[in-house]
Amino acid sequence: MSVDKDQYIITKEPFYEVQGNEVALYEAAYESRLPVMIKGPTGCGKSRFIEHMAWKLGKPLITVACNEDMTASDLVGRYLLDANGTRWLDGPLTTAARIGAICYLDEIVEARQDTTVIIHPLTDHRRTLPLDKKGELIEAHSDFQLVISYNPGYQSLMKDLKQSTKQRFTGLDFDYPDTKVEASIVTKEAGIDEATATKLVKIAHTARHLKGHGLDEGISTRLLVYAATLINKGIEAKAACKMALVTPITDDKDIRSTLVHSIDTIFG
Amino acid sequence: MTTKELEYADYRDKLKCSFEQIEDCFDDYMKDALRNLTNKGVEDYLSGASLVCMIGRGWEPVSIYLEEMPQMAKRVGEPILEIVSKHVWDMSRSPNGKAIPPFMQCLPEASRRLGTLEQMQHFFDILFKMLDSTTTSVHGHHKTHSSQGFLVLLEQIPFLLSQLSLEGLKNWIEYGVRNYHNHPERQKDYFSLQSADSKAMLQRERHGTLYMDNERKLDMYMRSMWQQEEYFVPYSSGFDELRKPQPYYDSLGMRVPDVYDDIDGVRGINRYRITLAHMAAHKRWTERQVADNLSPFQRVAVEAFEDSRIEQLILREYPGLKKYFLALHPTPIEGDCDSEKESCVRHRLAMFSRAILDENHGYQNPDILEYVEKFWDALKDSESSTKEMLNLAISFTAKTRRQSDLAPKVRFENTEVDYRDDNRHMWVFIEENDEAEDDTSEPQSSEVIEPDGLPPRHYHEWDYNTSSYKPDWVTLYESLHAPGNASDIDKILEKHSALANYLKRILDLLKPQYYVRQRYQEEGSELDLDVAIRSLIDLKSGTQPDPRINMSHRHDGRDFAVLLLMDLSASLHDIPDGCTQSILELSREAVTLLGWSIEQLGDKFAIAGFHSDTRHNVRYHHIKGFSEHWDNGVKARLAAIEAGFSTRMGAAVRHASHYLEGQKADKKLLLILTDGEPADIDVTDEKLLIEDTHKAVDELSSKGIYTHCISLDKKADDYIQDIFGSSGYTVIDNVEKLPEKLPMLFTALTS
Repeated sequence: MSVDKDQYIITKEPFYEVQGNEVALYEAAYESRLPVMIKGPTGCGKSRFIEHMAWKLGKPLITVACNEDMTASDLVGRYLLDANGTRWLDGPLTTAARIGAICYLDEIVEARQDTTVIIHPLTDHRRTLPLDKKGELIEAHSDFQLVISYNPGYQSLMKDLKQSTKQRFTGLDFDYPDTKVEASIVTKEAGIDEATATKLVKIAHTARHLKGHGLDEGISTRLLVYAATLINKGIEAKAACKMALVTPITDDKDIRSTLVHSIDTIFG
Repeated sequence: MTTKELEYADYRDKLKCSFEQIEDCFDDYMKDALRNLTNKGVEDYLSGASLVCMIGRGWEPVSIYLEEMPQMAKRVGEPILEIVSKHVWDMSRSPNGKAIPPFMQCLPEASRRLGTLEQMQHFFDILFKMLDSTTTSVHGHHKTHSSQGFLVLLEQIPFLLSQLSLEGLKNWIEYGVRNYHNHPERQKDYFSLQSADSKAMLQRERHGTLYMDNERKLDMYMRSMWQQEEYFVPYSSGFDELRKPQPYYDSLGMRVPDVYDDIDGVRGINRYRITLAHMAAHKRWTERQVADNLSPFQRVAVEAFEDSRIEQLILREYPGLKKYFLALHPTPIEGDCDSEKESCVRHRLAMFSRAILDENHGYQNPDILEYVEKFWDALKDSESSTKEMLNLAISFTAKTRRQSDLAPKVRFENTEVDYRDDNRHMWVFIEENDEAEDDTSEPQSSEVIEPDGLPPRHYHEWDYNTSSYKPDWVTLYESLHAPGNASDIDKILEKHSALANYLKRILDLLKPQYYVRQRYQEEGSELDLDVAIRSLIDLKSGTQPDPRINMSHRHDGRDFAVLLLMDLSASLHDIPDGCTQSILELSREAVTLLGWSIEQLGDKFAIAGFHSDTRHNVRYHHIKGFSEHWDNGVKARLAAIEAGFSTRMGAAVRHASHYLEGQKADKKLLLILTDGEPADIDVTDEKLLIEDTHKAVDELSSKGIYTHCISLDKKADDYIQDIFGSSGYTVIDNVEKLPEKLPMLFTALTS
């Protein structure tokens, strides 16, 4: 069974603004094929970072967005029926292990705990993946690496990772970049002027202070880029902010009123 | 005699009134009347005055009528002339004649506030309806006793109209009439704004943006934009006419007014935010200064300069606030203050402050311009500092000082910036003055009384007569129930061990099975081999295969939060017919079994009891909390439950709901165990508390909490459906069976 490896290769450089030493750390981890866990709030650039690193290292990247209905077979593969009986189809994790890709499991805690344990043999010295239904044991390709991301912020206690899973990974902490870097990210991604970008970042900061006081999560960099894109399209700044920064994140009218006020005072 | 005088003499004849005082000023009255009224109006005016004269209440009402009516008629229209005189006449024919002078007195202010004839009509309707319903008769049909509240109400009218819309006034008056119409003393207290609920009611009806409604928004504002967590203390601006209180902050929190009206296009909520922004900026940028060496003038100047400085710093962060500052900051007009006659200290400073905010101020005063320049220099590339402002302000005071600054009359017009605080936090006094020394001798209270239980909470109560809530009507005290002997509860379990075993078997069936297999799914997580093979066979044999060959797993957990609220009123002592135990004992046994079984199930479960002794004392006993286990502490409290007093259910239900709201669960259930209908000794209307409880149940269901009542009252059918709806209750006729029924009922409800 051959898989087109090239389709997973990222050819165009994804924009990523370096915040600290995360690139060097990741490269070192990849060197030894250590599994990496990336923690950070939503929309702070976790996925973008992995894309960027995959591009930089020239390795294929297979991304799986985890959800609570996901089962082990969604990762590993399953038998399908066809006219002649059944046929095995590899799942994304198996494919990655075969072709030597970086397998990125996004928001891993969303998946059920019984699902996550199947990655265990891939993440320690064994680097194997048993396909018990098929009766096959896959040796992971030498380029294969497993990366998971999770957002420790909003999930409930029920959705924490098991210790046995946690302790198989090295960790990188991500957070929203500081004002200057974030403004420059917004500037470059959406092509607006720096002054407007700085104002957008300021609005995001006001919202991030409300986290845990009615907001589950502050305004992310991703949303700021959306707002900036709208502004770039000629939408009036306040309307753009309302559409991109306020309406999506909350239905609480007190918070909305506070955010609208802050947009009003920051944009003048 | 000129023609004019002749004319006046004509009019004098038409005014049938013989008070001597009239002759002195009749000409003036007429001049005023002729200027403001039409010919018809003058006729009405004179006949109205004659009518007021005829009632025989002395000169005062007549003089007010003559003096005020022409202006009033001009303001709201001439029909008012006749309306007023007629009302006065009617009042003179009732026991309320005494109220005529105050009635006349409140009219000018009322007409100024209300402005149209229509509004005045409404106003009279409200007043006389109130008068009518508070004038009482003792025997027979005739009204014999004057209204107690009317006189004091009239005195309050100017104030009330300044605070309330007409609609609000109506509600406020009707509330008083409804609740105190047969209690003259309380009625007086209410209408003279002395009693607490009169003030509370007034507060509720006031116009503007209420602090109470926006507390959370303001809290969020401070948190998100200033990263400060503040405790807010609202003060009332409604009752202190002489000294208008100003916002301020100290270690105990930020004081803000309880209500802000919209002014000049700035909404009340934004006025709150601006007031808070100003104080928050002080907190961030102002350093305390020693006040001892400064004169009061210097201090005022320093405060003004510092206020301007921090406002500029605010604007650097939030430029959008500028439009609000400009709208709220007064615009003193240059040359408005005559330095020969009055002190212009405040006027000058307000001009300076305006000039800083508004580039287009247009002021010419060289001193002000010079210092505005210096101010901008100081703030050019830095935040400057309070110290620098202090020096600048002192030199400003020296330069602009005038002899008249010490004049007793200070010009205040257009100098008050109402969003600024009083700056008391800015100063340190090194030398304590005499007053302070007195303070230190304050007797220290040696005994601190430990409060028994939590501080009281107030709940509103629904009044079905008016379809409105009575604000903060019921006071509820929550406390831990005193413990008794825990082994009693264990004995109960032993006694019912057979039943307990039976329950245990049922409960095991109920226990959550976390994963349930769902077969026959078209889309599923796994192939169901048995079905797949069957389908394959179908396929190969040429028939249509069943495509539902997958299976998946379903998460199946119990996620309940249950609060059992026990009615502990006195009737629980009764021993029902044919029983050997009191209802209280049976309830205790039932709750014991229920508590034990729920503990087995692992659902979140709490127990509380309540009873009431009038609306001022509803007791809520904590027996088991959600986070507590079925341990000896809980058992001891349950063993000690006692019955007494009455059943004011609404408040207890509302209090219980606030605990349930805090629980994170898919389903929330409030179980109420009671033996009778809601009642209390201070309520004569049977339906009132039933309706209130019904309302409370509605409130709960809108919050996603189910309510179920277990009633031991055989006659409950008469009312229980009105409270809990058609399916929200169970009546247990055979009380003796309660210990068995209750856990079964619970499992039936939750499975």
